[in-house]
Amino acid sequence: MDEPKMTQIFIMGKAYDVPVGLTIMDAMEYAGYRFIRGAGCRSGFCGACGTVYRKAGEYRLEFALACQEMVEEGMYLTQLPFTPAPRADYVLDELDPSENVLLQYYPAIARCVSCNTCTKACPQDIEVMDYIQAALRGDVQRVAELSFDCIQCGLCSMRCPADIKHYHLAQMARRLHSVSASPTPSHLKERLQEIEAGTFDDDLDELVRMDLEGLKKRYASRTIEQESEGSQ
Amino acid sequence: MRRVEGVAYFPGCSLKDSARSFEISASYVMETLGIPLIELERWNCCGTVFSLTDDDLMHHIASVRNLVRAQEMGAERLIALCSMCYNTLRRVADRINTHAEDRTKINEFMDQETDYEGNVTVGHLLDLLRDEVGWDRVMDAVVRPLEGLGVATYYGCTLVRPRASGIDDPERPTVMADAVESVGATPVMFPFQTECCGSYHVVDRRDLSIERSYRVLRSARVAGAQVVATACPLCQFNLEQAQTEGPGDEAPLVLYFTELLALALGWDGTGSEPSKRILAMCRTPVEGGT
Repeated sequence: MDEPKMTQIFIMGKAYDVPVGLTIMDAMEYAGYRFIRGAGCRSGFCGACGTVYRKAGEYRLEFALACQEMVEEGMYLTQLPFTPAPRADYVLDELDPSENVLLQYYPAIARCVSCNTCTKACPQDIEVMDYIQAALRGDVQRVAELSFDCIQCGLCSMRCPADIKHYHLAQMARRLHSVSASPTPSHLKERLQEIEAGTFDDDLDELVRMDLEGLKKRYASRTIEQESEGSQ
Repeated sequence: MRRVEGVAYFPGCSLKDSARSFEISASYVMETLGIPLIELERWNCCGTVFSLTDDDLMHHIASVRNLVRAQEMGAERLIALCSMCYNTLRRVADRINTHAEDRTKINEFMDQETDYEGNVTVGHLLDLLRDEVGWDRVMDAVVRPLEGLGVATYYGCTLVRPRASGIDDPERPTVMADAVESVGATPVMFPFQTECCGSYHVVDRRDLSIERSYRVLRSARVAGAQVVATACPLCQFNLEQAQTEGPGDEAPLVLYFTELLALALGWDGTGSEPSKRILAMCRTPVEGGT
């Protein structure tokens, strides 16, 4: 087999030769780093592996998820796996969404100067500044909709010159919106009633008693629900 | 008269929150006149206060972004309703449209985004009505003239000052008086019409803003007004505070000037108590009105 084509990257300032075509996360592991924290789903959904990098010859810092972004020749990078941003304490059912509760719990949004740095830091291409602006005017629904793809990596808040905690606020808005404006799904209600009535108790007991081989067999022969058969 | 199909409109945060009736009534007026307000699809805070520091371009970016949105809509002019928003947007536009170096600096900061080309001007609904629509056209649309209603027109600061960006004479403005006169009301001149309401002092010196606003209300009442018309959510808020918390007795009602115009043009005032009282105060009986 041919030797893999190599490229040089800089992890926290130290040069490493890594194979071409790896993600930043794979390249770091190839270079000998071991992720105890700061790695989760490895599929771009969990937001645990925020990365900041700079390409050779560029001056801009760029932001991505280490499990998604491919390494490039001369890339400088480091991990930002956690943002120590405070999150407001609230009891969702006690909030009145008609008041501007987002501004009350996250007053720093009033400091937004519309620089848009948050938007440029978002690896999910969310219009972060637009939802902060919607929050200022109390538009919970718009915040919830614009921020829907947020994976809570926190890079927006890491960059904000006004120290706004965008992602925590957006989560609060989505929760508010779901309890106040979204319809209660009827199938969820029915299923909860079925569970309470013990409809699935026997099936569950059977699985609990099953040995490992039996479980494997059962798992391999399971029916996978097709999209067309889904509840939608 | 130039034919206008509709105007690009910047609401600002207050008009979507505490000052909903300002926007609703203004939209009603402009729909009725056949010149609908077309809200910017995306907009952000105007920046709230125009920064007076010469090299503080950072605090003009919020306004510039809104000018970019208007530019993206193909609009050459952006209309505001809130006096504060108007003042901030107008002064930023005046500066950035004429200072190419400042414009370049802001465009370079915004970096990988749409450049602002410097061609959007900013106006207020009042000067649009005065200069392009004309009071005659407003008069023709009146279905419930507000006859017998004495209206003190309160400008506050940011609509008329500084002179270069004001919509009227900063000492003796008349544009709002002309507006209420066109719908049959009687404008009441009073000496406090361009005094400050106390503005943001309401946050940390509530006593001060209540006192100042109370003086405005008292002056309007002494001059014989039943209603004070405003053009600013912050003036409105401060005057309302003075109305309920100040030592006032028989304080005049406080409404946005657009609410008065809209009531005269047939708006139902969404059934609010002040609008019912205003219609009751007018000499003409209330007709129709859904």
